[in-house]
Amino acid sequence: MTAFIIRRLLQFIPTLLGVVLLVFILFNWIGGDPAYLLAGKISNPEQIANIRKQIGVDQPYHIQLWIFITQIATGDFGVSWATNEKVSTIFATRLVPSLTVLLPMLVIGALLAMGLALLVAYRRGSLTDRAIMIGCTVGQSISILVYIIVFQYVFAYQLGWFPVQGWGQDFWINLIKFSALPIIVGVAVSLAPDTRLYRTFFLDEMHQDYVRTARASGLSESRVMGVHVLRNAAIPIVTNVMIQLPALLAGAFLIERFFSIPGIGREVLLAVERSDFPLIKAVTVYVAMATLVINLLTDILYKAIDPRVQLK
Amino acid sequence: MNAAAQSPGSPSLWALAWRRLKRDRVGMVSLALVGGYVLVVIAAELGLVAADWAREAGVNYAPPAFAGSTDSGGPQVNADLRTNATVRHEPGIVDPLASVLNELRQNLAAAPPEAPRAATLPLGGDKWGRDVLKKAVKGTETSMVVGLVAALLAVAIATIMGAYAGYYGGRMDDILNWLYSVFTAIPYLLLVLAIAAVLNQKGTLTVILILGLTGWTGIFRLVRAEYIKHRTREYVLAADAVGASHAQRMFVHILPNVSHVVLVQLSLHVVLFIKMEVILSFLGFGVGVDTVSWGSMLNESQAELILGKWWQLAAATAAMAVLVTAFSLFTDALRDALDPRLK
Repeated sequence: MTAFIIRRLLQFIPTLLGVVLLVFILFNWIGGDPAYLLAGKISNPEQIANIRKQIGVDQPYHIQLWIFITQIATGDFGVSWATNEKVSTIFATRLVPSLTVLLPMLVIGALLAMGLALLVAYRRGSLTDRAIMIGCTVGQSISILVYIIVFQYVFAYQLGWFPVQGWGQDFWINLIKFSALPIIVGVAVSLAPDTRLYRTFFLDEMHQDYVRTARASGLSESRVMGVHVLRNAAIPIVTNVMIQLPALLAGAFLIERFFSIPGIGREVLLAVERSDFPLIKAVTVYVAMATLVINLLTDILYKAIDPRVQLK
Repeated sequence: MNAAAQSPGSPSLWALAWRRLKRDRVGMVSLALVGGYVLVVIAAELGLVAADWAREAGVNYAPPAFAGSTDSGGPQVNADLRTNATVRHEPGIVDPLASVLNELRQNLAAAPPEAPRAATLPLGGDKWGRDVLKKAVKGTETSMVVGLVAALLAVAIATIMGAYAGYYGGRMDDILNWLYSVFTAIPYLLLVLAIAAVLNQKGTLTVILILGLTGWTGIFRLVRAEYIKHRTREYVLAADAVGASHAQRMFVHILPNVSHVVLVQLSLHVVLFIKMEVILSFLGFGVGVDTVSWGSMLNESQAELILGKWWQLAAATAAMAVLVTAFSLFTDALRDALDPRLK
């Protein structure tokens, strides 16, 4: 196990170097001299000169790359070009709002989709199954934008059940009052594709020999489905939930934008609009690191759920 | 691939797949729907339909014909300018715009009166009275062209890379796999946004390039796995024995045998890229301002909805939902037809 983790950590190095190189090529080479981009956005020429000095535009590329690597290693990406706020501060203050919305969304979404998928898989071929599957196909084809626009209009603007948008200082008020509708929208969007996917996972398991054996030994249906099938189907489901995590770290861009949640996703969108490169570079590199770590955790989690899995 | 090359007794993979597909009623209906969309797109490309989408044909926010004309259609600035010549003046204050307004009035009086605007349009009008139906058609054209071309680009990149990685293995495989792991370490939407930030220019071609150059990863892994499976098959060894080059073996001998995987992926990615294009255009990082897209329509509809003008939202949503549903169902049918073992 330890050997496995160490080997995987060593494998991170080339991948991370690749990510750093990719981001560097994009922003320093293709992106070129920020003075052109910022000419209309920052009026103070001194500030632009300062920015050019910081990333070393006049230096050869290998020195620019070294500056970038030092920034990553020290975690000091300097200040945002648009707001002069320190990039590390932006991270620290935007992470909590993002997670307040996204973690409940992920957990509730996964549980609901699992329940629904178990139900339709159990009644495979029935009218319920077909109706829900058709509903899922249609639901999946509607853009996430439409879900957000319509839910916000109907539930917040027309019915007034939730605030249209906003964010406060208190964690509980944020969670209960301001996050409720964003969470509902997020769950509604993910429900259709997740239910379809999980249904196939359950169907794969339901025809296995062990299910017949469990039934033959007189176990109740709820125990067969709820314990035996669920536990085996949990392995691909856990993977699916875990691979959604890195994207969550970067935030659900659209949901944060519409509901004015001061999270990382909204910050990234603003940064793209303002050509605020330091922030985008930092987010990309750190989210890539988190992705690698989460992938490793997923593999370790496999082992915990399924003792048959051999890590190698 | 070439049916003529097969012996007459045994139908080719494609003939068999077509036979299976024809039996799939849902698949055929979806295919017909997708075909209908393609015809509309071709007609729009040729300028046969919706070429005058930018004309302000109706009154502002003209309601759909079936809903009937309910109000006067909002303020008509031009008409106001013509008639409303009296501006109330506070004593002692000179109207700073008086000269400008007079000039405008004269120009308008000289100009021929514009064509009367319709009170209703088939599916309603937008803020400027442009026909929503025509906008939806143009949006369909934009989205489908972006989706198709970007998917073709992604599939081409992925197939070539997957072929080299899977066929040669070894060092080549390591390098291409490294590239794959780098691209997949960054969440897809974040990568797309980062590239959009760097390119910093809107346009259909930019969107196609962004989506195509980032979207190859999943297909690459599948194609690579197929090539690993095929490279030691007997027919490939036989091709080697008769002196086929590596490139010939990769793209003449093996590719037709894995092309069903590629085709299904192509179909899947068209849908994926259409959805991405809508999001990018909505956010303002997508197609240019002079191009209509479902994304830009949805963007406008957000403000319209609050005024109770729901038709642009409905038109864009319906146009997209029907296409995506049909395309997804067709992809499922295609996969079932090409690989009957899956079911």
